[in-house]
Amino acid sequence: MARIIVVTSGKGGVGKTTTSAAIAMGLAKKGHKTAVIDFDVGLRNLDLIMGCERRVVYDFINVINGEASLNQALIRDKNCDQLYILPASQTRDKDALTREGVGKVLDELSADFKYIVCDSPAGIEKGANLALYFADDAFVVTNPEVSSVRDSDRILGILASKSRRAEQNEEPIREYLLLTRYDPNRVKSGEMLGLEDVQDILSLHLLGIIPESKSVLSASNAGIPVILDEKSEAGQAYEDVIARYLGEERPHRFIESKQGFFRKLFGG
Amino acid sequence: MSLLDFFRLSKPKTAEIAKERLQILVAHQRVERNRPSYLPQLQQELLEVVRKYVNVDQEAISVKFEQDDNQETLELNIVLPEFQSETEEVKDEQVNI
Repeated sequence: MARIIVVTSGKGGVGKTTTSAAIAMGLAKKGHKTAVIDFDVGLRNLDLIMGCERRVVYDFINVINGEASLNQALIRDKNCDQLYILPASQTRDKDALTREGVGKVLDELSADFKYIVCDSPAGIEKGANLALYFADDAFVVTNPEVSSVRDSDRILGILASKSRRAEQNEEPIREYLLLTRYDPNRVKSGEMLGLEDVQDILSLHLLGIIPESKSVLSASNAGIPVILDEKSEAGQAYEDVIARYLGEERPHRFIESKQGFFRKLFGG
Repeated sequence: MSLLDFFRLSKPKTAEIAKERLQILVAHQRVERNRPSYLPQLQQELLEVVRKYVNVDQEAISVKFEQDDNQETLELNIVLPEFQSETEEVKDEQVNI
């Protein structure tokens, strides 16, 4: 049986797809057979971030409608043979997703994969609801910013009431926090919510802080998940996230501001 | 503290404002989330019953649900239209005269 992870946030642009690509690659690199599914029907982007946009032939909706088999639609990652990508449809509207269809595809994947990462679209509509419905674990991606924190709290409400686990009175979805685009210098100067501030409000199990990093844009430019950029802080932070998720204890990094002498003296 | 910070001492820490606003907002969101799902329907049906006897507005009925550690309270508030009570008062006065 596979473990189903949803990467969700409510708000758009906080780093869901970047995170989905990074953690799917991280899990696969550890030797776990992993599939990552783009639930953003009509606005697919995971294929670009994973660098496989030119190899898309069939998509998630084709599989749901029986127009292609799962094996035909899954794209094997070029960097890691344990990782497969199931792209979203670019042309259909989101009504093409059905709970039965999604459930069937996830069931079929479960037989063969260890982890299934569901990259949720923004919002709280059908695509987002279906991405989280079957989840066992939720990675809640949050920016240290008011609208993102509020939307994350909304998503927590939906995870607790509208998921399969909630409806069937099973053990609730495990919720984890990923605080992304974190800038310790701005936190220190009091112009950005800090980790403690966000945790005072959301109080979730923290999987990691991903610092604001230029390497995230470079990685998406190149179509290579940022976790493969081992020299970058963001890459290392995602590496930590995977280790912690798999049960390793690692101290949190990238919380403190790193200021040089002159910057300390004259301020940012 | 840096030298420059020293000269911009009075600058407000906006992160603190953000946190306060969020705490209020999220507390409110969570109260709504914990409400029983039958409340809107209850409110609608109550409104229909009351309207059989008194012509009240949609907003005249409020149903409040509150949760303490050991008890749940359902508070019901029905505001009767003002002009009726006024006319009754007027009647009363006329009788008095």
